[in-house]
Amino acid sequence: MSPVKTTLDELHPGETAVIVEIIGDDVVASRLMEMGLIEDETIGMIGRAPMGDPTEYSVRGYRISLRKNESVRVIIRKDS
Amino acid sequence: MLAQTVTGQNVRVVALIGNPNTGKSSLFNALCGMNARVGNYPGVTVEQKVGRLSGSTELIDVIDLPGTYSLAARSADEAVAVNVLSGELPQQTAPELAIVILDASNVERNLYLFSQVYELGIPVIAVFNMWDRVESEGLSVDAELLSKRLGVPVLCTSANRRRGIEQLKRAIEESLSNRTDGPKPEQLARAMFPPAFHQETLALTNWLAENGRKPSMYQVDRMLIDTDGHFQKTICQSGLPGIADRIDEARKRLGEAGCKVPMFETKARYAWVRKLIDGAVTRQESRSASSSDRIDRWLTHRWIGMLFFVLVMFLVFQSITLFAKLPMDGIEWLQGQSSSLVESVLGPGALRSLIVDGVIAGFGGVMMFLPQIAILFLFIAILEDCGYMARAAFVMDKLMSSVGLSGKSFLPLMSSFACAVPGIMATRTIESRKDRMVTLLIAPLMSCSARLPVYILMVSAFVPATRYAGGWISLQGIVLMVMQSLGAIVAIPVAWVLKQFFFPGEPATFLMELHSYKWPSVRVIQQRVWERVVAFVVRAGSLIVCTSILVWAAAYFPGDHTQLDTILIELEQKPSEALQQQANVLRSELIESSFLGMVGHRIEPIVKPLGWDWKIGVATIASFPAREVIIATLGTIYSLGSGETHESEGLQEKLKAARWPEDGRPVFTLGTALSIMVFFALCAQCSATLMTIRRETNSWRWPIFSFVYMTTLAYIGAWLTYQCCQWWS
Repeated sequence: MSPVKTTLDELHPGETAVIVEIIGDDVVASRLMEMGLIEDETIGMIGRAPMGDPTEYSVRGYRISLRKNESVRVIIRKDS
Repeated sequence: MLAQTVTGQNVRVVALIGNPNTGKSSLFNALCGMNARVGNYPGVTVEQKVGRLSGSTELIDVIDLPGTYSLAARSADEAVAVNVLSGELPQQTAPELAIVILDASNVERNLYLFSQVYELGIPVIAVFNMWDRVESEGLSVDAELLSKRLGVPVLCTSANRRRGIEQLKRAIEESLSNRTDGPKPEQLARAMFPPAFHQETLALTNWLAENGRKPSMYQVDRMLIDTDGHFQKTICQSGLPGIADRIDEARKRLGEAGCKVPMFETKARYAWVRKLIDGAVTRQESRSASSSDRIDRWLTHRWIGMLFFVLVMFLVFQSITLFAKLPMDGIEWLQGQSSSLVESVLGPGALRSLIVDGVIAGFGGVMMFLPQIAILFLFIAILEDCGYMARAAFVMDKLMSSVGLSGKSFLPLMSSFACAVPGIMATRTIESRKDRMVTLLIAPLMSCSARLPVYILMVSAFVPATRYAGGWISLQGIVLMVMQSLGAIVAIPVAWVLKQFFFPGEPATFLMELHSYKWPSVRVIQQRVWERVVAFVVRAGSLIVCTSILVWAAAYFPGDHTQLDTILIELEQKPSEALQQQANVLRSELIESSFLGMVGHRIEPIVKPLGWDWKIGVATIASFPAREVIIATLGTIYSLGSGETHESEGLQEKLKAARWPEDGRPVFTLGTALSIMVFFALCAQCSATLMTIRRETNSWRWPIFSFVYMTTLAYIGAWLTYQCCQWWS
């Protein structure tokens, strides 16, 4: 199957994907990159908060919480 | 630049820097003991913490820099770390050594910060803290190999258990005595930046030098990399014509050369980190991370997670009210005892009144907050250290984001329902400065426990005891509930306005690390509770005592107290009902003729639209240091003698009997009672809160701002309430 390009907020619990790029050059984008969300890194989805947002992800061996408006900035490649 | 002590011996300075949650403050305490000097960096809201290295023959100061993930600075607050490390802060001696603390279970992201510190041209020591965790989780870190690759000492410590501390102290002393060359340019992560970038920085550095500016290599890098960052802003505002265009053009050329800002920096640094740790650190998933995920499945679950959160909050606030009661009663008892002691030694007069009604009452007012502060911070420290605090913010984030705040604001605001003072102090857990400021400014609107006595007095005296739904719902209960929630409801638009107009700009980001659950460390908790308690008593406390003395003086002078004093002496010898009555009447006359009373008469035209007479005005002014004082003051003014409580029948009857002198209408109607309650719900009548805001923001601007905006809101709210009631009836 060919890889599917989508955004990080589309990931379901337990799924993993590879980061393709982060959109933008503002504070949000550079913060995301500083925290280690860089192209070719694997990122996994752990679970959503009770009210549906934010979401817990695992990257580089640690856990990070991202809001939807941040995770839509992360383009990922998912092997479907 | 070296600091000199009185003895003439040089004090050498080292700085401690690291990611949040790496046990940095425990390491600081392990190095320096409990006696840190805490202050603020000039002009910013960042706390400055300096300690003296213990057990060293030399005088060495350790600066604890705020926890950060990166040295890229967007604001003046964030630039503090870089400025301290590069010795550019005027009042701070330049450190001769940077100690970078690393968490071995999250080595890549921690080394990212290291790669930036490494480029500042200051000697570095790398310390893997929480080493016990590395051992217990079967991670492996080859410190010796890393040390060889980096050319800097790499040490391992467990600050919580005080392991590795002596070795670190020796390494610090050694690094200070033999200066090494520092890393070669090709060792830096910067060497992995694209050639186009090196050309641009060289060109910019040369151009700046021609114009008489000599920023460090790191600053030039940051000017080009951080779009609208701190260093770009500073250089553009420094009056150098053409600099802004130069930076823009350089960025455009970089973009054309396929070197995208800021992506290339992070990419190069992480690549550098990977190369550095290759073969030296195992990158396997730690065991605690996967068991943390299992716990998180339940604690952030749709229903169970929510339920657990409510349960934790319930437990915390129940404990505060439950456990704080006993020590608070104890403090009240002590206050009463010391007052009677003074009264038994000193005869009635100005000095006794000053000591009893000014000093002891003021000091008691400060001490009264301590049990609540200590208990709240005990819970915050436990929840933070075990990892649940971040989850609580995670769970509540959606709700709080609807008012433009983040989940981290929830607990400080919730705490403010007990008392705004610990609530405001708890805003320190919010990293975003703007979120913290908004939270801190709306916290005093939450209905604190000191407002309750006022509501109860007014509701039970003036709200009809009507019952609805077959006696199940009482009107009094509804009014009480509305008053309790009024502040929180008003806080929503206030937060919105503050966000829009006072703290705009920064987009709402909520990148938060959820570190693995662990058992809280007793030492860490002890330290945090102690720090908070000392900070409150020393810095807010002294100012609170001063305010109480000022208000005491305004209520005491310039009246002639000799007649009252004579009666009081007589009373002490032989209590009598008639004399007591006489003393009460005298007291109320003295208040009326005091400075406070004069002001009260003067402001009657201002408070009349609220349905108040001058006595309510005076009682309200007198209660600006602490709102619960209004009950005692109303008691005094309506000549009942002090020592009234809100349940007292006497005060309620007196208030009901009060009449306007002009036409004999009762002063207190439902409208007046409601307008008083609304005023108290919204007003900043608490010197402790204002002094805490002053302490936390390091400026007089914000307490004054809070006072003005809350008093204005309170006045408008009370006026609207009274006018509506008038129109209705």
